[in-house]
Amino acid sequence: MPTTVRTKTATLKTLPGDDVRQIMWRYADRFDLQMLATSARAVARGPVARLVASGARNTHEWTPEKASLLKEYDASGITAAFMDSAYGGYLEGPKNMALSLTAFELAWVDGGAATASLAGCLALAPIHERGTEAQREEYMKRCSPALNPEPARGAFCLTEPLPYVGVETGLLSGKVKIVEWKEGEEPLLEVNKRGRFITNMGFANFVTAAVESADPRIKGSCMVILEETDPGIYDRGGPTKKMVHQLSSTNDPVFQLKIPASRIIGGYQVKDGVIVPHYDHAEIIEAVFRRTRVGVGLMTAAKLLSAIEPLLRYHRDRFRGGESTTPGTPRYDLGLQQKEDVLHRMLEVWATGEAAASLGFAAARIYDELDPIEKEKHRILTEQGTGRGMSAMRALRKLEPDAVKIVKEGGSSDSPLIQYLLLDSVANVLCPATKLWNTGHGANELREAVSLMGGYGITEDCPGFLVQKWTDAQLEATYEGPEAVQRRQLSATMTNEVFLAQFETWIRDLRAIASRIPATGACALATAMQMWLWTLRHLQHAKDADGNKLYQSARQGVTFPMADALCWLMSARQLILDTMELEAKGRDNPSLSEGFDGLMEFYTDLCSIQSARTAGEVGRICAELVFGYNRHTQWNDESCFHRQELVTLEAIIPGIEAVASDVVEDDGSHPSKAGPCVSFTGYAEFQALRAKMDGCVTGSQLAKDRAAESLIAVMIPAALDYPA
Amino acid sequence: MSYQIVVCAGIVPDPLQTLEPVSTPQGPALKNEAMLPAVLDPWAAHALYEANHLAKNMPGSKVYLVSLAPKAKLQQVLMTIAQKVSFELIALDGPSTGFTDSHDVAAALAAAIEAIPGLDKSRLLLFGGWESAARAAGATLSMTGERLGIREQFQGVDSLTVGSDGSFEIRERVEGGKHLVSQCSGAPAVLGWATGNLPEPPNSPQVGMQNMRTVMPALQKAKPAGVAVTQQYASVALPKQQRSTRIVRDVAAAEVARELAQWIRGAH
Ligand SMILES: Cc1cc2nc3c(=O)[nH]c(=O)nc-3n(C[C@H](O)[C@H](O)[C@H](O)COP(=O)(O)OP(=O)(O)OC[C@H]3O[C@@H](n4cnc5c(N)ncnc54)[C@H](O)[C@@H]3O)c2cc1C
Repeated sequence: MPTTVRTKTATLKTLPGDDVRQIMWRYADRFDLQMLATSARAVARGPVARLVASGARNTHEWTPEKASLLKEYDASGITAAFMDSAYGGYLEGPKNMALSLTAFELAWVDGGAATASLAGCLALAPIHERGTEAQREEYMKRCSPALNPEPARGAFCLTEPLPYVGVETGLLSGKVKIVEWKEGEEPLLEVNKRGRFITNMGFANFVTAAVESADPRIKGSCMVILEETDPGIYDRGGPTKKMVHQLSSTNDPVFQLKIPASRIIGGYQVKDGVIVPHYDHAEIIEAVFRRTRVGVGLMTAAKLLSAIEPLLRYHRDRFRGGESTTPGTPRYDLGLQQKEDVLHRMLEVWATGEAAASLGFAAARIYDELDPIEKEKHRILTEQGTGRGMSAMRALRKLEPDAVKIVKEGGSSDSPLIQYLLLDSVANVLCPATKLWNTGHGANELREAVSLMGGYGITEDCPGFLVQKWTDAQLEATYEGPEAVQRRQLSATMTNEVFLAQFETWIRDLRAIASRIPATGACALATAMQMWLWTLRHLQHAKDADGNKLYQSARQGVTFPMADALCWLMSARQLILDTMELEAKGRDNPSLSEGFDGLMEFYTDLCSIQSARTAGEVGRICAELVFGYNRHTQWNDESCFHRQELVTLEAIIPGIEAVASDVVEDDGSHPSKAGPCVSFTGYAEFQALRAKMDGCVTGSQLAKDRAAESLIAVMIPAALDYPA
Repeated sequence: MSYQIVVCAGIVPDPLQTLEPVSTPQGPALKNEAMLPAVLDPWAAHALYEANHLAKNMPGSKVYLVSLAPKAKLQQVLMTIAQKVSFELIALDGPSTGFTDSHDVAAALAAAIEAIPGLDKSRLLLFGGWESAARAAGATLSMTGERLGIREQFQGVDSLTVGSDGSFEIRERVEGGKHLVSQCSGAPAVLGWATGNLPEPPNSPQVGMQNMRTVMPALQKAKPAGVAVTQQYASVALPKQQRSTRIVRDVAAAEVARELAQWIRGAH
């Protein structure tokens, strides 16, 4: 039976706890992940929170008290979460969800603490993803707390001092050359590399560094492992005077070291007297970042959600204790929650946090799913002799039409290569979307959260460390590839036809959800997705007023906003999907059944709020791009009627004179506006979509009013579970 | 010397939560209790840590955790507890609220303990909290002990020392910060713990994963305990004290004591 009309409003009874999260983020049956999350939480709300509260962030230096956190990570299983069981780890299978949950829990209290934990994984990731068996064996074991009382720590060094590597990572100033190559022996290399803003550098025992050949006997670029004990200079450099994430260590190091060629990550072969590394630095970086960036996006998501409880408490208690404010009065009971704007803005923060978390965990799950398929793909392609790199890409591209066909026919495939194409095309969008939207838009909403706490918000004493969380978000938006990098990547991956074919099926799925539960706003979202797709197709073919192509990589004014719009769509969609999962699985959970109606109503309303907001953003962006590249029509354009012309036409088309508005009179005068109304191919279609979308946001403000009731009614704990 | 240490522990809402008694068709309850995050009863948790410590020092000893609680909620709590110490779980499905009759709870617990395969009462140590955060009556554990026929009972225990001859020296809390020191020839005995002396063990997901192999089947097997709120309550209310929670950082115990004393003086 369709639930079109909701008569009774149930409200949220308690803040959503683990029971809710585990269902929405799909790890209700993963006890290993649940334990890791609780363990990371205890570290975050214990030692990490105490450090932040005691002002440990007020130094740039890497202090012993900050270093003590690494021991906490080792003892609580956080460090080992990255390790395979052969190397002292305890989690089986892919680790993307595990690392994401860890980052989420640590960042709930402090982003820098999360960075310090993730950076160790980042250093190992090149070795994990592309290292030789021997390299993996050695470094995973050395870094494993289960196997060493003093595990080794690493840093990942790509970024270089100005004017070298930053957003652009193609041209490296870090160099590698051969200093000695004795017959039949391993060549000895010399590496010269300077790093800038290198995390963990204050204490790292080894570094995975990107370098380029400065020697005709080494081909291209590669990544190498540098050890603090290698002969030469291993200068950590001074600490970066960063204003954020101070619980992580960041330095500008200098290396001039002699290393054996066996430190080239992934190994090499010798061809005609030339060392040819198996992997160039770009390929390794790609494999690494596509996974680690998800965790960064989830850090900002955690911070948004962590802001809810302190804000609710602040608002509710704001006037208590005042002489005339007695219990039972609205001023006492509701405090600032009497004010609609406070409630509505809180909901925007909350909905953003939920959507960001939903998006990030969806991306993490997809990588967990993709990891074994990717290995299988690699195996098959190697067997076929297709190898790696460009030739592998060409082989896969040939299969893309098959993948598209399967999606269009609603089928599935047993072929690992097709499965890979399907998943990979989605992962290639969700990962940059998580990194870009969660951190970028997330930072904006964190600023909103700080505002909602008034003057308190901007102080060090603010419960929940909101000002730190807000400013930290700026780094989350920057490191591991700033927003421009993510937009650039999306500009390419979002036009992949395999992705777009799936995107179209998602629109249909959302319509189905909308017809069952209209209050989700799935209808508005589906229309917004349709509009985005229409606009993309339009831009791919349309030209600007000067006849130049619109959708092309150099035209970031076109591609980047479309990437932004897509992020809004993906996050709002994932929130709806997770809410549907809650609907399907939550009612049977005895811990949730008591307040389930209120929980569902609230999440449904958050979906509606987020969908409406998304429709607004997408509509604005699409309209600007669709219209904005046409030159404004002039009164002397052909599209404009002259009075005399109309009089003649009236004889053939009776009534035309009455409906035409853009008319130039015989004396040259015209209506008082800039120019005749615009018109171009596709105009009517776009207008129809826009009008439809506006209609689709029906009810979204009512959803806000209803959800506001929950903010007033929800029970919150007596105090925050970590110090301020 | 080795022991079978059976720890009885219920679960309660996280102490930071605001609690409000309400009436339901099933009798009195706490508002939204099922939805609030729960923890292992803090008193019993201390007993569990002490049991773990003792078992480690007495090779061949084994710890059992017997818990009567709503199954789904207990599972969430175990995600933390099972990471801290190793034990075998015996779960009973039922309400863990303080509104049930402790007599019924004791009967259910005793029956579950009697049913432990290979139970050897001569090696049995029954541990628990000297009271619980749910009921604070301090009656359940002693009645459970009585039903199991254990007459050596100690309440408000802060330490247990096992002598070389297997005898126990037990310190129980009495008034004025003093302890009553007792000697006991050995197991079986009931020890209702106060806070003991051990810190909360750190989490270790590795330990947790090992425990889960037995914890999950135990949870699946958990039978309804047949305990319900049967008695009539004329009224239920929160204690009339004013609750004011403040979390402080790095304040010395003496400073906390001075502040409390000053506050109490000011209140008179
Ligand atoms: C605290 C901290 C920790 C870090 N940790 C590490 C680490 O461990 N390892 C490591 O290797 N690096 C690390 N970094 C470096 C970080 O990844 C870089 O700062 C980041 O990639 C941006 O490079 P950049 O600062 O040189 O910016 P730039 O390249 O100068 O870019 C500046 C801005 O210009 C614009 N822009 C630049 N290029 C383009 C383009 N092609 N298209 C459109 N717009 C563009 C964008 O707005 C961009 O944000 C860290 C940085 C910080 C601050």
